Amino acid sequence: MQLDILALLNAERAARRAAILITDLDGGDQRVVREAEIAADPLGDMLAQRLASGRSGLAEVEGRPLFLTVQAPPVRLVIVGAVHISQALSPMASALDLAVTVIDPRTAFATPERFPGISLVPEWPDEALGGAVPVLDRYCAVAALTHDPKIDDPALAAALRAECFYVGALGSRKTHAARVARLGAAGFSPEAIARIAAPIGLDIGAISPPEIAVAILGQIVAALRTPRGGTPA
Amino acid sequence: MLSTETDILSAAEAWRRAGRGVAVATVIETWGSAPRPVGSHLVVDADGNFLGSVSGGCVEGAVITEAMDAIADGRPRVIAFGVADETAWRVGLSCGGRIRVYVEPVT
Repeated sequence: MQLDILALLNAERAARRAAILITDLDGGDQRVVREAEIAADPLGDMLAQRLASGRSGLAEVEGRPLFLTVQAPPVRLVIVGAVHISQALSPMASALDLAVTVIDPRTAFATPERFPGISLVPEWPDEALGGAVPVLDRYCAVAALTHDPKIDDPALAAALRAECFYVGALGSRKTHAARVARLGAAGFSPEAIARIAAPIGLDIGAISPPEIAVAILGQIVAALRTPRGGTPA
Repeated sequence: MLSTETDILSAAEAWRRAGRGVAVATVIETWGSAPRPVGSHLVVDADGNFLGSVSGGCVEGAVITEAMDAIADGRPRVIAFGVADETAWRVGLSCGGRIRVYVEPVT
């Protein structure tokens, strides 16, 4: 691998853009196809499928054995609400290699003592996103956990607009019905709103904050790794 | 510290820029119960320092040796490990899985 190819892969990853490295296993020739270049590439269809599945693998093209390394950006989890569940969720998500940020404008909640070692932004979501927190993209999961529409709704709206691969919101079915009505009035389609996982988390009977965190993380992993969960593409 | 794929390729670039001989190993094919998925990386320098993994620790030693050879001769290679290989028990994919690994020097 030439150093400039390695540097290009690292630069694309740092810029949170997907890329595919094509290696000819006979002889070692390599090239990188960036996300934006896939459509125009001679192998475009195959590369697009690879990117959609997120899986690296072998391919044979005109008798040549190729290996395609699919490089998707690191997954981020933006948690809205520095609440008790978030205290359990943050370190567990970090252990899963998710880059975690917690946003909460209520400075009594958003304290470093409650979230040691976690990136914490004591601002309103509208102010934080695109400011202290990088803008959301398809490789982000968003969990809205405050129960407060003034804080949760703007974050959910931003997550739906950015087509985040996972959008979840805490709250009872009744709370969620009110939320659906508000987002509908704000112009979101029923299909878009249906992408919100609510009540949040897999149905595993979770009661304690750490158990609810497990339910949420299980749902995020399913969204990331299974086709029915909606792999980011 | 648990290293992510990001750390691994970033380290490969940083090590090379610092003048160290570096090779990247990538899992290109697996059969059966292989512990690490296709696309997993292991980065090795000329002194045998490494980051990442291509198996659960079973064949890393053999891959590191091969990577140091690749750094020395400048040529990529494909190596296979599995129960069909008589070295399998010695280097230990005792889970019964088989893997193929592409090892390439960073030039």
